[in-house]
Amino acid sequence: MELNQIYTQILTEHNNSKRNKHHIDSPTATLKGVNPSCGDEISLELRVKDGVIEDAGFTGIGCAISQASASIMIDLIKGKTVEEAKKLVKLFLGMIKGEITDEKQLEPLDEAIALKDVAHMPARVKCAVLGWHTLENAVEGKKVTEE
Amino acid sequence: MNGKRLAYLDNAATVQRPVPVLRAVDEFYRTENANPHRGLYELSVKATERYENARHTVKEFIGADKDCEVIFTRNASESLNLVAYSYGLNFLHEGDEIVLPVSEHHSNLVPWQMVAQAKGAKLVYLYPDKEGRLTDDEMEKITPKAKILALAHVSNVLGSVYPVRKIADKAHSVGAVVVVDCAQSIPHFKVNVKDLGADFMAFSGHKMMAPMGIGVLYGREELLNKMPPFLRGGEMIEYVHEQSATFAPLPQKFEAGTQNVGGAVGLEAAIHYLQKVGYDKIAETEQALLNYTLDGLAEVPHITVYGGTKNRRDRCGVISFNVDGVHPHDVASILDADGVAIRAGHHCAQPLMDYLGVNATCRASLYFYNTREDIDQFLSSLKRVRGWLGLGT
Repeated sequence: MELNQIYTQILTEHNNSKRNKHHIDSPTATLKGVNPSCGDEISLELRVKDGVIEDAGFTGIGCAISQASASIMIDLIKGKTVEEAKKLVKLFLGMIKGEITDEKQLEPLDEAIALKDVAHMPARVKCAVLGWHTLENAVEGKKVTEE
Repeated sequence: MNGKRLAYLDNAATVQRPVPVLRAVDEFYRTENANPHRGLYELSVKATERYENARHTVKEFIGADKDCEVIFTRNASESLNLVAYSYGLNFLHEGDEIVLPVSEHHSNLVPWQMVAQAKGAKLVYLYPDKEGRLTDDEMEKITPKAKILALAHVSNVLGSVYPVRKIADKAHSVGAVVVVDCAQSIPHFKVNVKDLGADFMAFSGHKMMAPMGIGVLYGREELLNKMPPFLRGGEMIEYVHEQSATFAPLPQKFEAGTQNVGGAVGLEAAIHYLQKVGYDKIAETEQALLNYTLDGLAEVPHITVYGGTKNRRDRCGVISFNVDGVHPHDVASILDADGVAIRAGHHCAQPLMDYLGVNATCRASLYFYNTREDIDQFLSSLKRVRGWLGLGT
């Protein structure tokens, strides 16, 4: 595993940018995601109207991989329907688990494809999927909204 | 590792094992393996002897009075749980206090939370200063309400060596029982339970070159005798009737089921190995490496070191630090790509992380087999970390 496959320009730009890292106006769902073993913590906010994700943002602390991954995810899901977002989560998790490798199939993930090689870093998989798992739980309504 | 030379700097998590230890375990299973304490045949008697000889070696090693004060466990965590469950739950009462530094490893903290919750006792924390020391003011918190003083000899995050004897004397003066976690000290310097003033003392074998899965609880005989068993089952009984049972004397009372004899044999070999190298030599080597590392770190920009950096005599080679703007996990991954193994996270000490106001730290920890080459590899990789994250160096 070469570091430049992971710490790419896309990743560092997202990590250093605060574009998606903020609270949003009148969220309809707020959900916390934690990696207890690392102490990574993010809080995802969504505003869903008529089945469409109008706005999304996140706050919290974590490594570059978890932060960039959450930011890339938000770029991707804004304006999409909840159903489309669910499909993207499934696709992303499949890619990180190394189950989906076909580039054509991965196309909808756009910038998130930059995280593909995390599949070869077992220790960092949970960092990459933190935001996505949180989104999955949020749209499935698995946990009650918490502030 | 990753095609690079390995610089193993995660020795506070576990150390590497030398050949004589591996050989001793291998030899035992090849030539003396049988279930100890029950067979009436020669092989079982031999296995029993090996196991009990290992206990005697540990007793001598830690300066206990009797062999029966040495209980074999899986690790320090199990030893500390034994004390919490068997002593804590039976001899603490509502309103009693359990005093402990906030820097304790979860293994010497979470079991005491359990006792406090079950008995209505209170946890009272001692807070180290910026140099990682416990000041006399903090000791004032040890009042006659204190029934347990639980503390690590060496902090697994800050590397501070706590003045156990001084704190233990204070605790004893108010009638508290002193529980010392020596997991991070016994690999590096001589530990004597009498000198420490320990009523209970716990350590893990795997941090001092023994195999994983063997640990020790020392307890004063008088205390161990009045405690009920922790785990029940085979080997620890005297008579068993349908409705009741009586228990074996020490140490078997606390050793239910078939024990880790291979582990005990390995621990004995590790003790002999450390004695052969010599604790003086170990301390001297580690102190030189620690100085070299701390001096090197001071030259790297954007680094914050936690714990004492000035008074290096009162600290061990456990160095927690952070790189500005970079999460510890990224630091660890980047170092890993250069063959450098360090730990990143909360180090099983979340209350301390809260106290330090950080989410996690990086930790490099030394052992006497490390070399300056390892440290150079670590420092040069560390200098490149911020660059990988587009932050400049």
